[in-house]
Amino acid sequence: MTASVYESALSRITGVRGVRGAMMVSLSDGLVVAEQLMEGIKGAAVAALAASLANRLGRAMEGGGVGRGVFWHLQAERGALLAVPARAGLLVVAVAEPGVNAGLVRLELLRAAESVS
Amino acid sequence: MTARAVEGWTLEPLTAFVQEAGARLVLLMTPAGQVLAQSGFTRAVDVMSAAALGAAIFASTTEIARQLGEPPFAGLAHQGERHGIFLAAVSTERGPVVALAVYDLEVTSLGLVQLFFEQLATDLKSASPKGGEAKQVLAADFERELSDSLNTLFGR
Repeated sequence: MTASVYESALSRITGVRGVRGAMMVSLSDGLVVAEQLMEGIKGAAVAALAASLANRLGRAMEGGGVGRGVFWHLQAERGALLAVPARAGLLVVAVAEPGVNAGLVRLELLRAAESVS
Repeated sequence: MTARAVEGWTLEPLTAFVQEAGARLVLLMTPAGQVLAQSGFTRAVDVMSAAALGAAIFASTTEIARQLGEPPFAGLAHQGERHGIFLAAVSTERGPVVALAVYDLEVTSLGLVQLFFEQLATDLKSASPKGGEAKQVLAADFERELSDSLNTLFGR
């Protein structure tokens, strides 16, 4: 897997109108693997907290007997966090504006997850 | 989890760090291995070992950095199967403070520990009393100082 694969996967996500940044995060340690973020977004903080959240949500979903999570969308007052787990132990994360087309972002996140698996 | 401090100003930043980062064991010490505060340790002998080993690792990596012509490394991380170790230093008004954190991989992650270490560094800088570095312990006083510190840390 080369860095350009990550870069092109992230570029497709950040190409969606309203997306302020995208990143590949290592799920096990919450560290940034690759990122394309607008200024002002704290990549390390988003990575650590999103991975922690994804791990806990994953455990809750397994505990609830609903299987592995495939897409998370957290809507906040001033934006949204969208994430898709990829097979290689990665989490693909997008930080977006509140009015973003979540369906389109989801599609690009799933494509990105597929491309790095 | 109980945190105890020899230097009182370290207690609040340490407690916040432990809660936020979810670290299992944390030791704050000088680069020479003098313990300033601890959280999670139950035996004095473990604190002594961890402080000695942490100080040795810090000294080794600082020397490697010096030989490479680099400033001291910002942080050092080791990851095992179930636990991880994070070691990093922060400059304060009382001199450099080395933090050693041991975390459970089921509970937290290196990313979270690093993230909240930044906050710990900021908190320690602002909490450290002005007025020079902490006095260095002389060899002659070492045992008494160590004994006093351990008594404070374990509430004896």
